Amino acid sequence: MSVTAGVTTRPRNRNLDQLQLLLPILVPVMLISLVPLIRGIYIGFTDYELGGQMHFTGLENYRIMLHDRFFWRSMGVGFLWTAIVTALQIGLGMGLAMLLNQGLRLTSLYTVLMLVPWAMPPIVRGLIWRQIYSPDTGALNLILTQWGLINEPINWLTSFEWAIPAIIIAGIWGEIPKAALFFLAGLKTIPSSLYEAAELDGATSYRKFRHITLPLMKPIMAAVVSLSFMWNFNAFGLVWILTEGGPGGLTRLPMLAAYEEAFRYGYVGYAAAIGNVMVVIISLFLFFYLRVQLKERLGE
Amino acid sequence: MFSMQLFKRGMIKAVLHMLILTYLMYLLFPLLWMISTSFKPTPEIYSGIPTLIPEVFTLDHYVSVLKEERLLKSILNSLYVGVITSVIVVLISLPAAYALSRYKTSINKAVMGWILTTQIFPAILIMIPLYMILRSLQLTDTLAGLVLVYVVWDIPFVLWMLQGYVKEIPVELEEAAAIDGATQSQIIYKIIMPLLLPAIGASVMFAFITAWNEFFFALVLLKSPDLSTLPVELARFTGIEGQARTGPLAAASFMATIPSIILFAVLRKWFASGTLQGAVKG
Repeated sequence: MSVTAGVTTRPRNRNLDQLQLLLPILVPVMLISLVPLIRGIYIGFTDYELGGQMHFTGLENYRIMLHDRFFWRSMGVGFLWTAIVTALQIGLGMGLAMLLNQGLRLTSLYTVLMLVPWAMPPIVRGLIWRQIYSPDTGALNLILTQWGLINEPINWLTSFEWAIPAIIIAGIWGEIPKAALFFLAGLKTIPSSLYEAAELDGATSYRKFRHITLPLMKPIMAAVVSLSFMWNFNAFGLVWILTEGGPGGLTRLPMLAAYEEAFRYGYVGYAAAIGNVMVVIISLFLFFYLRVQLKERLGE
Repeated sequence: MFSMQLFKRGMIKAVLHMLILTYLMYLLFPLLWMISTSFKPTPEIYSGIPTLIPEVFTLDHYVSVLKEERLLKSILNSLYVGVITSVIVVLISLPAAYALSRYKTSINKAVMGWILTTQIFPAILIMIPLYMILRSLQLTDTLAGLVLVYVVWDIPFVLWMLQGYVKEIPVELEEAAAIDGATQSQIIYKIIMPLLLPAIGASVMFAFITAWNEFFFALVLLKSPDLSTLPVELARFTGIEGQARTGPLAAASFMATIPSIILFAVLRKWFASGTLQGAVKG
């Protein structure tokens, strides 16, 4: 009798057994996820336009992209956005997680409260921040005016100076809870005996952080950095609600650019090509980043 | 000496609490501002004076939201999609989770690889072909089509979570049942499922909230106003008359957030328990 399954008494093809149980998810996944994905990648090599014929054009889309100023600008702002949001959410998330790991009173209440931004529907996150940044009724303008820091209201989301900082502050706000939650879970796995031993040896808080916390948190850090990079680079909803890519395309992240190409202008093939480039960029980042991480770990 | 040390420790604690409260101010202020706006009469919203506690308290905005037929309809649509999605996801993920944790074959790696891969691809790549496939099945502009998409969207997380829990259940239980002549599906739904109830509860809620919150697919796949879900209707709500509806919009946004807040309050224990620790340990 099989030791693990204990289901059948006669020897059968285990792959087949397993496949049978997986069938209910495999069929919809093939149909709704895998097939569209492969087809989507293929469309990126065609000249398909909404309602038109589809012709394979090889690398033509990518040749056009090389000279497409709007594409490069959107990649530029995409990298800026991804780098800053990811870095700050990791830093601030780690800080918050460490504060919540001090065994203070009220910690469980704090933990629930910190999760609130994450609990909100993305569309509501966008609407809330749009209201805060609103020129006439927004909290930010009202408060800054009352404190005498500005003389007249600023339209944050349509200002060339402020639009990018504004979306970044809203973006980090929504991402801190996720990062902090993962880090908190990681911190809890570090045995307190390690810290106690270090304290006996007279280690300072900084040294405990530097030589116990940080090294042990590295694998989780790598996972959070990888996931955040993907999520932030593929971000859409929040910025769409806040600025729709404006002013003048300044905050047009890559996903917004692809969305517009497909659904505003009908260049579906070109939109899919942008999607393909994004996949390549994310894969390259993950490859090099995880290789460095792995080497470091093997080196230690 | 001793009291000095105690004083110092107290100070450190106070500073730590202060730091956490600073974080919470940033994280909670937007929600508080929205709630406050939703209870302020319109003139007060435009008065130009920032107050967190309304001087005059009104339920007008909630009343006007509840009079909006389309908004009410969209809430019902969202509830319907969320409930059906979460039930289906759990029912079909359970046997799969069982298969992944009890059989160690080459399929495991493929499935886990797929779960990770799904995170890399931007939704735009899937969206267009998905639209074409659903159209050929005559499922565009139907809630059933949207449910199908959400089910597949939720499978990776639910599967990953459930299979972690199945691993914790001792195999001896199933062997005993098999000896008594139980079939495999009986084992899964009669023995495994009851033991997994907490994890299933969490999965159902997770799937519900994902569906409840989702915007992009609903925006593209649904065309009839009658079918739109709450997030799409909220986006429209602002679009038409814009600024003038700040109050009702705040009220509707707060209402849209309530299910998730309930979920997080319920899941508090789950977050605090060892579940996630186990997950990150791998």
